[in-house]
This record gives sequence, structure tokens and C-alpha cells, in this order.
Amino acid sequence: MIEEYRGVWVFIEQNDGEIEGVSLELLGAGRKLADKLEVPLAGVLLGEGIRELYSKLIGYGADIVYCIDHPVLRDYRTESYMKGVNYLAEKYKPEIFLFGATPNGKDLASAIATDLSTGLTADTTMLDVDVEKRLLEASRPAFGGNIMATILCKKHRPQMATVRPKVMKALPFDATRQGEIIEETIDLSEETMRTKVLEIVKDVTKNAKLADAHVIVCGGKGMGDAAGFQLIHDLAETIGASVGGTRDVIEAGWLPHELQIGQTGETVTPKIYFAIGISGAIQHVVGMKNSELIIAINKDPNAAIFEVATYGIVGDALEIVPKLIEQFKEQQKSMGGELNYA
Amino acid sequence: MHIVVCVKQVPDTKIIKINPRTNTLDRRSAPAILNPYDAHAVQEAVKLKEKLGKGKISVLSMGPPQATEVIKKSIEIGADEGYLISDRAFAGADTLATSYALSKALEKIADELPIDMVLCGKHAIDGDTGQVGPGIARRLDIPPVTNVIEVCEINKQEKMAVVKRKLTNGYELVQVKLPCLLTVEKEINMIEYSPLPNMIKAARYKANIWTVADLGEVDKTQLGLKGSPTVVGKMFTPPKLEGGKMLEGSSDEQIAQLMEVLMERKELLNVSN
Ligand SMILES: Cc1cc2nc3c(=O)[nH]c(=O)nc-3n(C[C@H](O)[C@H](O)[C@H](O)COP(=O)(O)OP(=O)(O)OC[C@H]3O[C@@H](n4cnc5c(N)ncnc54)[C@H](O)[C@@H]3O)c2cc1C
Ligand SMILES: Cc1cc2nc3c(=O)[nH]c(=O)nc-3n(C[C@H](O)[C@H](O)[C@H](O)COP(=O)(O)OP(=O)(O)OC[C@H]3O[C@@H](n4cnc5c(N)ncnc54)[C@H](O)[C@@H]3O)c2cc1C
Repeated sequence: MIEEYRGVWVFIEQNDGEIEGVSLELLGAGRKLADKLEVPLAGVLLGEGIRELYSKLIGYGADIVYCIDHPVLRDYRTESYMKGVNYLAEKYKPEIFLFGATPNGKDLASAIATDLSTGLTADTTMLDVDVEKRLLEASRPAFGGNIMATILCKKHRPQMATVRPKVMKALPFDATRQGEIIEETIDLSEETMRTKVLEIVKDVTKNAKLADAHVIVCGGKGMGDAAGFQLIHDLAETIGASVGGTRDVIEAGWLPHELQIGQTGETVTPKIYFAIGISGAIQHVVGMKNSELIIAINKDPNAAIFEVATYGIVGDALEIVPKLIEQFKEQQKSMGGELNYA
Repeated sequence: MHIVVCVKQVPDTKIIKINPRTNTLDRRSAPAILNPYDAHAVQEAVKLKEKLGKGKISVLSMGPPQATEVIKKSIEIGADEGYLISDRAFAGADTLATSYALSKALEKIADELPIDMVLCGKHAIDGDTGQVGPGIARRLDIPPVTNVIEVCEINKQEKMAVVKRKLTNGYELVQVKLPCLLTVEKEINMIEYSPLPNMIKAARYKANIWTVADLGEVDKTQLGLKGSPTVVGKMFTPPKLEGGKMLEGSSDEQIAQLMEVLMERKELLNVSN
């Protein structure tokens, strides 16, 4: 009976006691859904030695924290986490269950949806709910064009979705919020595990660079060729920005793939984002639209990128970018400083 | 060592065009190809077989009859045998129904020769969910490792493998018991040129084609559209975001206006002291 299922759940991803940003964003998004449906919002937390995280989750919007603290759950593994989360979901029956679209979140959500025989919408970028039907409307970019598809799961519960990091907004932390902690225990033994995490190696240089950049100059196929794309590097170097590219640019071999921005690349939220020679396909836009100030340069006045841009310039990038670089250099000179690539 | 690779035929999304008036896919413009991640998975199977000195590589696809093309492509890369499950009853499957159908076919393949490893792509470039691989692993009750960028070690005697799994920032080394299921990233290898004998074999190759009736005991309510809990509710163009101030004038005038805007945030740029 699907009426038995009540409440909105968010799977809380933690690594070494640190909560992933996307989990807090999902508490923010989940809060809105829970309020509309008039049900509690719960965070689901698994790990070892995680008790100090409980109050954080409540402060970010959870009414209930379901948790399992066990040595076998120290590192994420599909088999152990799946056991724990399935146990909770079968016992408490949520109607909506959200996961971050991270490697671990996607992996876990897929396994759980299979076990619970329910629907799972992938890589959602918009969430809403039809209150009357209590239906989750999870929308995701589809195909190559500027199209979104809303995926529904009408007859099965919970309604599950993975959600892209950095598209939802976390609520401000509120230390006065109150909530309930429900700790559960399950039987897990290391001997029955078929996988073992031998080592975790953090490579912060690679992804953090784009994700944390304050200013990004992103170039598209409109730069013409690798030589034209050099202008993107030049502009970035002049203003001390990071370089990114569209998928077409990566595929053309002008940039390494870890610098791809968009649905299948990085999601970024810099303070200033230059989109140069980029058409503005939905798969690109979902990865950058939450930037604070977006400046687009494109020779086609109808390019979709102008719809997300704060300021748009219609014109030839190959002509405009060198002029911009020149202007910045003038500014730097008038500031009396040498270029300073800190 | 018996490795089975799941391979999907997908429209080449690089070429796909959307009809802006009807918001539908213009399929004429999109040739069908082997999902690029699956090509890397087949290539990895070939590498592992070479490393171990012997073994068998089978590929499995679900799709319409013309999906035999991706089986041929896999034979070209170096697969030994190919299976296509093709039936009206499979049509309209979401990931839950897809993993069910594929796992039933894998069980049948395993009846002939036990499977040590199943390989899938990280995701298919059309549906783009990445949910089918982990779903299959659940159904077969074998451990999955997703987002694999390297198979470091494989030990048939000890029945285990050590693989590198890509994380959001970094990677982890995971030891996994065989049989297992891995989903692979593109970085795992480079697709090599197919040797001529493979090309000849591929050109003549006739894939094994199975319908639902060939799969033995199958719960038909779990197949295709019927077995799919998710449905596409509607398609729409995303709501326009605000913003959209076009700068006016000659390009020099536009640049001047832009510089003015940027200088308001100059603490972020390399022009402040
Ligand atoms: C499943 C899937 C996932 C995807 N994931 C991503 C992703 O993560 N990231 C991503 O970026 N894309 C992704 N894509 C691809 C995406 O759909 C677009 O194809 C891609 O973003 C287009 O790149 P582009 O804007 O560089 O090139 P184009 O679309 O070719 O646009 C080039 C633009 O440059 C303009 N131009 C040309 N010459 C000049 C000039 N001299 N001066 C100024 N402007 C000029 C043109 O008017 C045009 O608007 C994905 C697609 C699919 C199907
Ligand atoms: C626009 C759109 C959105 C969709 N959204 C969802 C959604 O949110 N949730 C959902 O459940 N379904 C969704 N679907 C349906 C989904 O695309 C199909 O179920 C599809 O059959 C499998 O999913 P995938 O393409 O995402 O594969 P993925 O899970 O991305 O594929 C991963 C790997 O599984 C293997 N594999 C997948 N399909 C096959 C096959 N037919 N034969 C052999 N191997 C295969 C391959 O190794 C592949 O690399 C969507 C479909 C469309 C068109």
C-alpha cells in the first residue's frame, strides 16, 4: 500500500566525518518538499563515530536523523551501506528518498532501488511535488537539445532520485532547531563483506581547482580551433582565472577532460563566469547557471547562452577577447603593478 | 576466466538534433553507435584476457534486431561471442526493467559457462543514468565496483581483483571477490586498432539472438514498459532564467561597458593590488 509511505528522506553522505555539500543542499531542497507535503524531513546517516554530526543535520533542516553507527560502515561500500539503508527504508517507509548524484550516491541509490523494486530518477536538476497526488516531479536534462524531461514514479514507493551537486541550495545553519535522533543497530560482520577498501587517495588538486575557482573563463567550440582557444588561456592568465571548456572542446582535444563543465563534467558556482563561443546547450548550462555573474560572448544573437547570461555581447570572440585582454593589461598598468600570478 | 560485457546501442548524441518546433528528437540525424564507455569495457576485457593468457569474452546487448551491429563492433575489438536479447516485451524498459532482463540473460549465459566478471560502461550516453550496472549486480547478488579507472590486479586462484575507483576528488583502491561487476570510466584504457582477423570475424559474425521465450523462467510483469516504475511525465524547455542584459553599441563600446561592470568586482580579478 503506497499510502503507508510517508516522509521525505535524504541520504547523508559523509567521508571521514565530513558531510558532503550535496547532502546539505538536499536537506534544503527536501525541506521544501516536506513542508508542501506536511511531513517530516529525515536525514539518513551511516558510518563509524558519527554522533557529532547529528546536530549539524538538524540545524540544516532535518526533523529526524536515522542513523546506524558501526565499524563495518567506516568507509562507503555498496554492500554494507545498502544493508543498512534498506533496513531503515523497509522499517520506516519514506515516500520520497533523495541521494546526491555523486559516485557513492548513484551507486547506493541504484542498488537500493533494485532491492526495493522502485523507480529511480537519475541526475535530477529540478525537484517539485504534486501535493494532491503526492507525486515527486523530478526533472533532468534529456538528449542533445535544450530539453528537460520530468520523470514520475506513480505506483511504487519510495520515489527515489539522485540530484546533481550544486544545483539545490542549502539552508543557513540554525543552531536553535530541534529534532529527533533515531539510532538503529544492524548485524554486520566484516567476514561476510566481499569488498574491502584498501586505501583512499585524495587528489584535491584536480577537481577542487575548478569547483573552488572564483573566476572561470570557459571557452566553447566557437573559438574555432586550438589556436583560437589559446585566447581563452590568455584571458584567464591575465585575470588570474581558471580555464574550463564545453564537452565539444574536450572532444576536440583542446582541453583535458577534467576541465569539462556541465552535466557530465564539473558543476561550478564561481563569482564570475565568462562563457565565450558557447551555444548554451542545457547540458552545459546546468553546470554553470548558478554562477553569480555570467558574461557571454557569442556571435549569434539568438544563442541560448544569452538566456542565462547577466551581460551579453554579440560579436566575434576572436576579435573581442584580445581587446579585453588589452584592456585588463591597461588596468593592471594603471594600478602601477606588475602582473602578479599568485 | 569468463568475462561478459554488457553493450548498448545508442544514438550518437554528438550528431543528434532536436526539432525546435516540436521538441522531439530528429532520429534521422542520429546514427547508432556502440556506447563509447562500453567500447572501453570490451577493450578492458581484451586486455585482461591477454594478461591472464586465456579466457573467454562474451558480450550481451538488449535492443532491436539492428543492435547486432554493436555486437559486431565488439567482436572487432576482440570479443569471442555475442548475445542479443530482442523482443517486443523488452521495449520501453526503464533501468529497473533493463537490469532485470539483462540479469536473466546473464544467468542463461552462465549456465553454459560460469561468469567470473561482468563489465558495464559507467553510463550510456543516451539514457545517461549509470543505474543499469549496479542494478544487475544486485540482481545477480555479486559485489559491484562502479567508476573503475584501473584494474590493478586480478587473481583467478584467490578469486579476487584489486581495482582503482574514481571518487569526486581522488580515488580509492578496492579489493573485490570474484565474481563481481565493474563499471568502467573512459580513462581505463585507449581503444586500440582492431587487428585484421578480428575485422574479418566481425564481418561474418552471426550473434546469438534470444527472445523472452529463450530466457527460461522469467516474470513477464518485470519486463519492458510493464516492469518499469518510472515514466516520462512531460518534456519541456527549461524556464528562462532572468538576466539577459545585452550590451549595445560597437564592439569597443560594449567592451568599455563590460570593463565597467567587471571593475566593480575587481577584487576578484588580477587587477587589484
Ligand atoms: C548526455 C549528454 C551530456 C552532455 N554533457 C555536456 C557537458 O557536461 N558539458 C558540455 O559543455 N556539453 C555537454 N554536452 C554537449 C552539449 O549538448 C553541447 O553539444 C555542447 O555544450 C556544445 O558545445 P559548444 O557550445 O562549445 O559548441 P557549439 O554548440 O558548437 O557552439 C558554438 C557557439 O559558438 C558561437 N561562435 C562561433 N564562432 C564564434 C566566434 N568567432 N565568436 C563568438 N562566438 C562564436 C556559435 O554561434 C555557437 O553558439 C552533453 C550532451 C549530451 C547528449
Ligand atoms: C530522456 C530519458 C530519461 C530517462 N531517465 C530515466 C531515469 O531517470 N530513470 C530510469 O530508470 N530510466 C530512465 N530512462 C530509461 C533508460 O534510459 C533506459 O532504461 C535504458 O534502457 C537504460 O538506461 P541507461 O541508458 O541510462 O543506461 P546506463 O545505466 O547509463 O548504462 C550503463 C551500462 O549498462 C549497460 N547497459 C545499459 N543498457 C543496456 C542494454 N540495453 N543492453 C546492454 N547493456 C546495457 C551498458 O554496459 C551501459 O554502459 C530514461 C530514458 C530517456 C530517454
